[in-house]
Amino acid sequence: MEQQFDTSKLGMWLFIVTEILLFGGLFVGFGLMQHKYPGEFLEAHEHLKQDVFGMPFPLYGAINTIVLLISSWTMVMGVNAAQTNQQKKTVRYLVVTILLACVFLCIKYVEYAHKFHDGLLPGIFYAHQSEDLIKGTHGYATFFAFYFMMTGLHGIHVLVGIGLLSWLVMRARRGDFTSEYYTPVDLVGLYWHVVDMIWIYLFPLYYLIS
Amino acid sequence: MSTHTESHSQHSEAHAHHGGPKIYTANLFALLFLTIITVAAASFNFGSANVVIALAIATVKATLVAMFFMHLIWDKPVNSIIAIAGFLFLGIFLMFDFLDVTSRNVYPPRNLPNMENATPTPDSMNPLKTPAPRPLDPAPAKAEAPAKAEEHK
Repeated sequence: MEQQFDTSKLGMWLFIVTEILLFGGLFVGFGLMQHKYPGEFLEAHEHLKQDVFGMPFPLYGAINTIVLLISSWTMVMGVNAAQTNQQKKTVRYLVVTILLACVFLCIKYVEYAHKFHDGLLPGIFYAHQSEDLIKGTHGYATFFAFYFMMTGLHGIHVLVGIGLLSWLVMRARRGDFTSEYYTPVDLVGLYWHVVDMIWIYLFPLYYLIS
Repeated sequence: MSTHTESHSQHSEAHAHHGGPKIYTANLFALLFLTIITVAAASFNFGSANVVIALAIATVKATLVAMFFMHLIWDKPVNSIIAIAGFLFLGIFLMFDFLDVTSRNVYPPRNLPNMENATPTPDSMNPLKTPAPRPLDPAPAKAEAPAKAEEHK
């Protein structure tokens, strides 16, 4: 059992590396494009900020960062509960994690809805109606292409995470997990922390350009 | 939220685990604190160091997540090696790309003194470089930008 657990974990870490490289490629692309259109990226990222007490502040992004960090904590607490044979607690922590993931997606939806409304769409769909359009369409459209690509891909990961967590809740309620066997909880936990980790990089790079 | 902490000596199972709610909660607060620092740091202008500072704080946060939430600090070292290798190769990828784009047209080969008279690579074929004002360059085809935008309005 011990060996099986270690092997599964090793496999999960290999998968995590592929995830890091997948997002890494996109981050490098983003960096190159920011190098090419520094001014336009700076202006475009202002559209990710909201008006908070008269100051532009990346409200949605900041809240989402906090939500994901807390969800990472509930996840690890769920793993801990599974490790120590506390089935009810495991279920509770996993359900809270799912709820936080849903909160994340809801905020993301509100954010996307604003962008769609303003015509801040990726690539050829970019249709923002203002003088920006003439000033720097390429930079803007590129920024939003990367923004939607990366946050969208991250959002898909969150969705997959919700699916995996729901499956864990189902199994945990059935009493599948004990301190002897909690591999799935541990591995989904690792996945969930990677999703959190990607957001840790996305947040400053998109919302806090200066 | 229960503050009840487990005494691990009672659970003598096959997999030794050393983390605990206390460590995880402390880690969460450290991460939240670093988030506040990132947001605060972004409101000051450190010039070109801005992105470096943001990435450094993000890397500290990612390391905290990996070490404590992902149990790397208590795990078999092979998992850490894999994780570090992943980031290392990403770092190489990033580093060489930025060496490339930040050093273009800056260092002409010394063994070719007549580079000025050679036919330069047209910037239209260089996807990462906006046309630079150089005498031998073909005229930059900039006019198409607004026209294209009109099309897709």
